[in-house]
Amino acid sequence: MNPLRAIGRPALRLTRGIGAVTLFAARGLGGLTPFPARAILAQLLQIGWLSLPVVGLTALFTGAALALQIHSGGERFQASDVVPAIVAIGMVRELGPVLGGLMVAARVASAIAAEIGTMRVTEQIDALVTLSTDPVRWLVTPRLWAAILSLPVLVAVGDIIGIMGGWLVGTTSLGFNSATYIANSWAYLEGWDVLSGLIKGAVFGLIVALSGCWFGMRSGRGAAGVGRATTSAVVAAAVGILAANFALTGLFFR
Amino acid sequence: MIEVRRLRKSFGQAAVLDGVGLRVGQGESLCVIGQSGTGKSVLLKCILGLIQPDEGVILSQGQPLDQAHFMQRFGMLFQGAALFDSLSVWQNVAFRLRQRMSDRAARAIALEKLARVGLGPETADLMPAQLSGGMAKRAGLARAIADDPAVIFFDEPTTGLDPIRARSIDSLIRGIVTETGATAVTITHDMASVRAIGDRVALLQGGRIVHDGPVAAMDQAPALAKFLG
Repeated sequence: MNPLRAIGRPALRLTRGIGAVTLFAARGLGGLTPFPARAILAQLLQIGWLSLPVVGLTALFTGAALALQIHSGGERFQASDVVPAIVAIGMVRELGPVLGGLMVAARVASAIAAEIGTMRVTEQIDALVTLSTDPVRWLVTPRLWAAILSLPVLVAVGDIIGIMGGWLVGTTSLGFNSATYIANSWAYLEGWDVLSGLIKGAVFGLIVALSGCWFGMRSGRGAAGVGRATTSAVVAAAVGILAANFALTGLFFR
Repeated sequence: MIEVRRLRKSFGQAAVLDGVGLRVGQGESLCVIGQSGTGKSVLLKCILGLIQPDEGVILSQGQPLDQAHFMQRFGMLFQGAALFDSLSVWQNVAFRLRQRMSDRAARAIALEKLARVGLGPETADLMPAQLSGGMAKRAGLARAIADDPAVIFFDEPTTGLDPIRARSIDSLIRGIVTETGATAVTITHDMASVRAIGDRVALLQGGRIVHDGPVAAMDQAPALAKFLG
């Protein structure tokens, strides 16, 4: 086979795929008239409120483990007193958004793909069309906006809990004074550190909901089809979050 | 009146519809029969605009079908009822009505339609998961007739039901079609349904309509005799 063709075909397929996902996202984000307030509120509850425990616990253990690691590593060059600052910066810039996003991806992208996929295979989406309702506006728009709005809040809560996890370990087993730990956490933290993490959260929210909706709407037939859609949604969301995190970190901090 | 001319639809190399032509008169009840996989549901979805045909035209009252306008005038009963899981029974029935009237008014109409299909007001606030197969079909039927449509489509209305419930759905459909004067198109492979619901029967085979005639004369049709074995 012609090597140019071997490269060209997948490249064209990839370009078509990116174009289709972009148009789908644009349609989903644009379906705000009339404003689906009730549907967005219901999704804020599903995506945001119900994800709080898993995001909080992840942040707590991550902050605590980070404090132990930095203390242990820092001791090698007499820098163990940087624990509070590094935990705070590490949580708000990277670990809070990325781990929060990944946990929400596991919980929410799969749920969205399974719900919409089941609706597809049971003809509920066809039923929406026959009832003069745009399935994208009805199903996708509230989920996209709810995820975009709720992820930054989850990230902020995760940041605080993660820093508190570091403080807990720092003050109970690493010998830090409580007031000093908190003061050092704040002292080196800049507004942009926090804001960049929240922006990442919003982008990750879009990626999570978009993956769930995209694969759900394209679910194959039967339980196997919905299962494949669910798996694909979680994998795509997780990889998308990690790739977007790299791109955004490069954009924000280079 | 709905007319389908030279409708073609292929999936990959397989031509599912290969020049289908059909006509349903005002107030007429047409049953389309055929073996599984012959494209009956694809034909229905092409008419409804859920699948884009490769070729052919669909006319309503002699004019090319305006899908957005047509959607407002038809009702559809899906094979598995396709009730929305997240909405209660009355909200399902009143789905389209709630887009243009208050919940109170829409609920009143929904209760009336539920009563018409033999479901009492106690079912109105149940969720679809709480309904039996027969009740879900009835609720789906109530949703199909909620907006007093001029055309009603039924996709395998008796599939998955025991014979007693299947016959009661048949007689409900016949009664509603007769009462409302609506045009009805039913996709089925249940010959008892054809006799109960249909005025005319069309046999889809090999992507084409190979028989189209009155239900009263179906026992004399050679193509149908061959199909029925």
